[in-house]
Amino acid sequence: MKYIIKKFFSMIVTLVVVSFCVFLAFNVIPGDPALRKLGTEASQELIEQTRQQMGLNDPLLVRYARWFASFLHGDMGTSFNYNVPVSGMILNKIPITLTMAVMSFLLTVLISIPLGITTAKHENGLLDRTITVTNQIVMAIPPFFSGILITFIFGMIFKFFTPGGFVSYTDDVVGFIRYLIFPSIAIALPKIAMTVKMLRSSLLDEAEKDYTRTAYSRGNNTNGVLYRHVLKNAMIPVITFLGMLLADMVAGSIVIEQVFSIPGISRILLTSISNRDYPVVQAIIMGIAAIVIVINLLVDIIYRIIDPRIEIAE
Amino acid sequence: MKDFLKKLKKNPYLIAGLIITGLILLLVIVGLFWMPYEPTKMSASEKLQGISVKHIMGTDNMGRDVFSRVMYGSRITLLIAIGTVLIGAGVGTVIGALTGFYGGFLDEVIMRVIDALFAFPSILLALVIVSVFGTGWSQLLLSLGIAFVPSFARIVRGEVLRVKSMDYIESAKLQGASDFRMIFVHILPNIKNVLASSVLIGFNNAVLAEAGLSYLGVGSQPPFASLGKMLSDSQQYMFTVPSICLCPGIVIVLMVLGFSFLGEGIRRWK
Repeated sequence: MKYIIKKFFSMIVTLVVVSFCVFLAFNVIPGDPALRKLGTEASQELIEQTRQQMGLNDPLLVRYARWFASFLHGDMGTSFNYNVPVSGMILNKIPITLTMAVMSFLLTVLISIPLGITTAKHENGLLDRTITVTNQIVMAIPPFFSGILITFIFGMIFKFFTPGGFVSYTDDVVGFIRYLIFPSIAIALPKIAMTVKMLRSSLLDEAEKDYTRTAYSRGNNTNGVLYRHVLKNAMIPVITFLGMLLADMVAGSIVIEQVFSIPGISRILLTSISNRDYPVVQAIIMGIAAIVIVINLLVDIIYRIIDPRIEIAE
Repeated sequence: MKDFLKKLKKNPYLIAGLIITGLILLLVIVGLFWMPYEPTKMSASEKLQGISVKHIMGTDNMGRDVFSRVMYGSRITLLIAIGTVLIGAGVGTVIGALTGFYGGFLDEVIMRVIDALFAFPSILLALVIVSVFGTGWSQLLLSLGIAFVPSFARIVRGEVLRVKSMDYIESAKLQGASDFRMIFVHILPNIKNVLASSVLIGFNNAVLAEAGLSYLGVGSQPPFASLGKMLSDSQQYMFTVPSICLCPGIVIVLMVLGFSFLGEGIRRWK
């Protein structure tokens, strides 16, 4: 419990540091938001009055605290370009990103764990060597390129899905999930390769330890030793790694949404960057960062539950 | 030399890595002196052609020669990746070495910030910096460089902490070596192996990140070529002229693959 509280506080610190960095970054940009809102024709007094109203004359720390507090309350500011609340623009897009990240995560776990066990079991066999080389190649293919290839092969040649035919989850949940399968595969592919590599070497490391020999000498067969003893220990570093991957997948979906023309958060982010619509960019970056940080906390907690030795080590 | 060749023969990863990386370097170096066409030259009569003798990778939707653009684009990608690793490893090593060596309050504060940035996906960090400083290859270089600092700083700091307590450092201290000398002459050379392998991994990540960001359109601006942007521009012609999309994609894959094979080969070199 102490461990969880400690991790929770360090998460808060991380959140504050990240949010401050993001806030600072968008506040050193030259340009006056008040001027932007009113246009260049506005009189000096009006600008000054608006600045006062928008709270732009307050010290940096005060403005930061106000922004952070309202962000926590769900108020993410107002878009420069569309003059609507940012939260309305992005909140209904978050399920798309999250669903995609969760789907690619499930794919990674379901495929890489059996594959990793198989390669380790047949160490240096033909299957192991084939998978190891394939892994290296798959890791070198950036997700957006495999996404394009998947669109071409499965979308255009085999017609398993219609490229660009995204269905919103509000209209048809099944169609929504079905469309997201292929983008999720594109995100998952290199992660699967990495996890297999990681699990393989972790399993082989554990297999050399004394307790494995003891388990064998007590009359266990390979499968008994593997599933009852080795796998449990070998999974510990893999789980941390998977946690890092989940956070990575949330960020990686930005590029993949573009490849599969999914009207999600990434499209808004990119148009807002090119339109210099800072409140929107700031809110999206902060939102994704918050999701990533919370995921990291959850991974730490799960890690602690699986391996109680952690507390002693720290 | 004979010994070397014998060892090399037993190491297919290293051979493959050397060949692939050699090909990519050849493409980039030849491109510095000679390209079949001007990479930005458009030609209305030669739009969207497939592979031919005249255009060995075909032409894009503006009639530009894809091979020349790939040559130019790989040069940019390679330079940005090298620059990113130099900034990331350089600044990261200094921060990691100093915080690891001195410890104390400043270490605590800097590592908190580094940890926070580390938890922040590098593509997002790069997008923040690009949206603040604008799009273009120099902004991309800067943003990727900064995004790569935390991981290097963490690795170096960990290694410095490990090496710092070793006997020979203690004896150097007793001999009256200055802090500067201890860090740069005694400690850093001893962590060069760890640093070298993280540089190779970092390089691959930098290539992938550059390609990803230029795919999103925040890298080199048109008309200049970048591999990622070529992919996103040609994606819609995938069905009609696959070569203009496949070629830049395959070059990115080979660039990463060559270096990861090299890394794997070096790891197995014994």
